[in-house]
Amino acid sequence: MAEVKELVKELSGKYGNKRESLIPILQGIIDRNYYLSKEAMLEVARELDVSAAEIYGTASFYSFLDTEAKGKYKIRVCKSITCDMKGKNSVVATMEGMLKIKVGETTQDERFSLLETNCIGLCDEGPAMLINDECFTKLTPEKVRTILGDYVRNKF
Amino acid sequence: MSNNKLRVVDVIFSPYSVAPYEILKNTLKKDKEQVIKDIIESGLRGRGGAGFPTGMKWKFAAQQKSDIKYVICNADEGEPGTFKDRKLLVEVPRKVISGMAICAYVTGATKGFIYLRREYRYLVPKLKEELALYHENAKLLGLDFTIEIFMGAGAYVCGEETALIESMEGKRGEPRNKPPYPIQVGYLDKPTIVNNVETFASSAMICRIGCAEYKKLGTDDQRGSKLFSVSGDSPKEGVHELELGMTLEAFAEEFGDGDTKAVQVGGVAGFCIPRKKFKTTIIGEGNTTGGSTMIFNSSRSMYHVLHNYLDFYAEESCGQCTPCRVGTQQLLKGIEAVKAGIKKPEYLDQLVKLSDTMRMTSKCGLGQSVTNSFSSIVKNFREEMIY
Ligand SMILES: Cc1cc2nc3c(=O)[nH]c(=O)nc-3n(C[C@H](O)[C@H](O)[C@H](O)COP(=O)(O)O)c2cc1C
Ligand code: SF4
Ligand code: FES
Repeated sequence: MAEVKELVKELSGKYGNKRESLIPILQGIIDRNYYLSKEAMLEVARELDVSAAEIYGTASFYSFLDTEAKGKYKIRVCKSITCDMKGKNSVVATMEGMLKIKVGETTQDERFSLLETNCIGLCDEGPAMLINDECFTKLTPEKVRTILGDYVRNKF
Repeated sequence: MSNNKLRVVDVIFSPYSVAPYEILKNTLKKDKEQVIKDIIESGLRGRGGAGFPTGMKWKFAAQQKSDIKYVICNADEGEPGTFKDRKLLVEVPRKVISGMAICAYVTGATKGFIYLRREYRYLVPKLKEELALYHENAKLLGLDFTIEIFMGAGAYVCGEETALIESMEGKRGEPRNKPPYPIQVGYLDKPTIVNNVETFASSAMICRIGCAEYKKLGTDDQRGSKLFSVSGDSPKEGVHELELGMTLEAFAEEFGDGDTKAVQVGGVAGFCIPRKKFKTTIIGEGNTTGGSTMIFNSSRSMYHVLHNYLDFYAEESCGQCTPCRVGTQQLLKGIEAVKAGIKKPEYLDQLVKLSDTMRMTSKCGLGQSVTNSFSSIVKNFREEMIY
């Protein structure tokens, strides 16, 4: 995995190779490769001179440092109480139907991962979700069909 | 103590009335100790939840001897039902940044961070522009204090200040033992002042309008105005700035939908107050000051609400200490068992005891505060837990 090696070098050049550079480096890898592969974590361990178990232990602590969800587009639907009250379930069901996957899964072509997450700070406009860094609010099944439909058709 | 009324005020979100960084410029002309005295005198308490007096924190930090000190703006805002910090960073970022710079000036810090929760990454481009403007001004003013954004990576517990620091150091966000406090041993073991976004914005406004003016707002126990994030069954969802000291009755009248059954004050870490106690409950006194207020009307099942909270806690517990790691799971299984009739209703009393034990034995505020919502819901809505 020459690419991973180069990427990690590039990121440690940018953020430093100290322990406090770890999270920015891991985030940089995800921005490029969509998730943290085993190879990537081993490479970071080598670069920062920390054990691979430490790197994995840290990464697995954080919900945005994906070690499993490989999708290029990560859909994170808020499941906390007020979004739940306002109809989160029907929003999720609609997307499960469209993508033919369940929450926690990634589509076969590795474009979409559908996830639920805790409060994302948009409670006054719930139900709310993030697709990567973009936020979408006041969701309804119809609205979500349009938003996700656009991704499915136009964003690769 | 209460003024019983609800007064909407406009301090924190008031439009910028002066040139960028005018507040900072004027404050830099003042004596450092005087500024700290003013913040102490204003009665301002931290707006992140714990409510520690801000001026005192700055005073202790100023007394620390160190080659470097850090200022961290806690923008991790993960408490369900809270979104005021996001709004501050979008609408009045200069007040937040000014507050950080004033803090740096009086405490002698030279390096600052905004710890921004990962969920808010879409705010970064605008914030970076604001920081560039700040840095130009700081240079002109001769203030040696730079600010960077540090992105969180998705963990509620990282809002806890020592977990936040661990996370910045590239580790799992597991809270540390206190003492030592961050103002003694913080980021990279250096004195570090951690304050909430709103605390910094309020500090800047105290410097702007003067502490006498600020003190006119609120009650003896709770000075000033405060932002409330209102969500749930309300026709007026959003962030509202209110004078402290109002009763929950006045609050529910203003923000409820006419059918309010309960209000969760202070987020999941706070208390669930039933209608019959609205008259005697003053928001902000004895309940946490994070400002999350979630309104439930009579159509809501409080069992479902509690189940959602416990799910949240079980997921967000960092797992470092047993009472919290095991306790959150047991409470969740426990209410499910009572609801399913597998356990007798009296089992609820045992669960309340367990949550009280968690308060006494957990290491950080997460595990310690589970009992707040747990006990208040189980005690006030017992039938709903059983049938
Ligand atoms: C589990 C937990 C989560 C917290 N989350 C936040 C948060 O998101 N934002 C915040 O400002 N403070 C949060 N706090 C409080 C911080 O530990 C700390 O007290 C606060 O940032 C200090 O700033 P203040 O005095 O201005 O409130 C949290 C505390 C706990 C125990
Ligand atoms: S109380 Fe919970 S969140 Fe806090 S340190 Fe213990 S396990 Fe972690
Ligand atoms: S409850 Fe969904 S964004 Fe806060």
